[in-house]
Amino acid sequence: MTRARSLSRSLTRALPVAPAVVLLLLFLAGPIAYCAYIAFTDLQLTGQAEDSFVGFDNFRTAFGDEAFLNAVWLTLVFTVVSALLGQNTLGLALAALMQRASKPVRTLVGGIVITAWVLPEVVAGFLLYVFFRREGTLNAILDWLRLPTQNWLFTLPILAVSFANVWRGTAFSMLVYSAALNEIPKEITEAAEVDGAGGWRRMWHITLPMIRRSIGTNLMLITLQTLSVFGLIWVMTRGGPGGKSQTLPLFMYEEAFQKSMIGYGTAVALLLLVVGSLFSAVYLRLLRTEV
Amino acid sequence: MPRTVSSRRTTHRLAADAGLLAVAAAFVLPLAWVLLSALDTNANLRVKLPDGATLDNFDAVLTPDITFTPLLNSLLLCGGGTALTVVCAALAAYPLSRFRSRLNRPFLLTVLFATSLPITAIMVPVYALFVRVNLIDTMQGTTFFFAASQLPFAIWLMKNFMDGVPKELEEAAWTDGASSLQSLMRIVLPLMGPGVAVVTVFSFVMMWGNFFVPFMLLLTPDQMPASVSINEFFGNRGMVAYGQLAAFSIIYSTPVILLYVLVARRLGGGFALGGAVKG
Repeated sequence: MTRARSLSRSLTRALPVAPAVVLLLLFLAGPIAYCAYIAFTDLQLTGQAEDSFVGFDNFRTAFGDEAFLNAVWLTLVFTVVSALLGQNTLGLALAALMQRASKPVRTLVGGIVITAWVLPEVVAGFLLYVFFRREGTLNAILDWLRLPTQNWLFTLPILAVSFANVWRGTAFSMLVYSAALNEIPKEITEAAEVDGAGGWRRMWHITLPMIRRSIGTNLMLITLQTLSVFGLIWVMTRGGPGGKSQTLPLFMYEEAFQKSMIGYGTAVALLLLVVGSLFSAVYLRLLRTEV
Repeated sequence: MPRTVSSRRTTHRLAADAGLLAVAAAFVLPLAWVLLSALDTNANLRVKLPDGATLDNFDAVLTPDITFTPLLNSLLLCGGGTALTVVCAALAAYPLSRFRSRLNRPFLLTVLFATSLPITAIMVPVYALFVRVNLIDTMQGTTFFFAASQLPFAIWLMKNFMDGVPKELEEAAWTDGASSLQSLMRIVLPLMGPGVAVVTVFSFVMMWGNFFVPFMLLLTPDQMPASVSINEFFGNRGMVAYGQLAAFSIIYSTPVILLYVLVARRLGGGFALGGAVKG
């Protein structure tokens, strides 16, 4: 076969990939490149004929802006509390308990947790907004237990939205860990049990080391999902009160639209994208044997 | 000895059941609220049994303005986006799964990388770009963006499902003179029906629930899908008819829950995690 023929053959074979590539380039790679460009300009929403290149000004502004640093801090709190501690630990605990539980309980609990996950983002946000309101169910329960009540969305908004994210996202970790635990051969845990290792020791010395790759990928993925949560927080608090639940995506939105500073908002978006890319790269690294 | 082991097992099972039920009780409260309030014309913010269950709330929201138009918009956006995603993903997955090329690995790695990028972050530049190219506030633009954002994961899943279809059947077709496209349509896709169903349902569910994309890219109220219209309806707080809002939430959520159940049953639990999360 000549070179020309083999080239034309590989082109024909690659042809079906073209629509996907075009779509990805125009609507995903394009905006990302555009993002990297306008983050360095002073583009505004209205009343400006030309935007001009301002170098690293937007980033310098960001790191001197208290509202930005507050958003970074809240994003960190939100991610650690809701994803790393909440979803991850609760998901693992539920998956581990499910290994031992009876079938009807397993089905019922799995169904409830997964329903919370499948619900549209806005509906989930709305349900949790109602739950945490002053007149809501949480306070009704606390009241009944004679515990002090408070206006959760006002006093502890970041914890309320973190809890909401745990409610909505735990199913994902639960499913990942259930799959991982099901792959552990029964003989191994049984042998340890016969040797007298208790539940906690088996978990710590056998189960966790065996599923460590699942733990790694799960942590990566839920961190990425949590970094990009917008609708849930928007519906519950709009980032308020006074920025007390304003994570980076909400800060980005406010700067770009409510204050019309598209260039600045995009600089924040770019930072978020860079952090996301780093996590994504680590995730690829963890999966490197798979492709 | 066997008796103690089995009685210990029973104790463990009871403890596990109790633990799970306790967690479920906490999880179920918001769900119970929405179910009970939808049937209660005097619904407030607390979980309570309705005085007499009625469907009045459903009657009240089943109007073109509140329910039908937004749901139709959702259907158009997500249906169009899903169709585009599935067709492009199936086409793209075919050469990746069937032919060897030096470009496969870098392409798949890029796709996998894109799978986990935070799409939320690029919505502001996408808005700016859409304004510049006149795609802002158009259903087509939003549909295309939906498709592109779901495509990396769809390609990845589709390729993994396609790898599961043995190549021998196609080779026979090739000798009979079938083109690649023909063998994809007639042999591969029918054999991976459940896989295609998973990709379709997953893409649709993700788009149906997505709030930020249409919130940014659509401006005209008539074009808003349910994910945004519910927020407007609820955002004009003042006097909120909680029962009606609950009823609408149920109407809006039901399709995705049913779709999930349909596919999850067929594939046993964590379908969404199929290819992507093998640890």
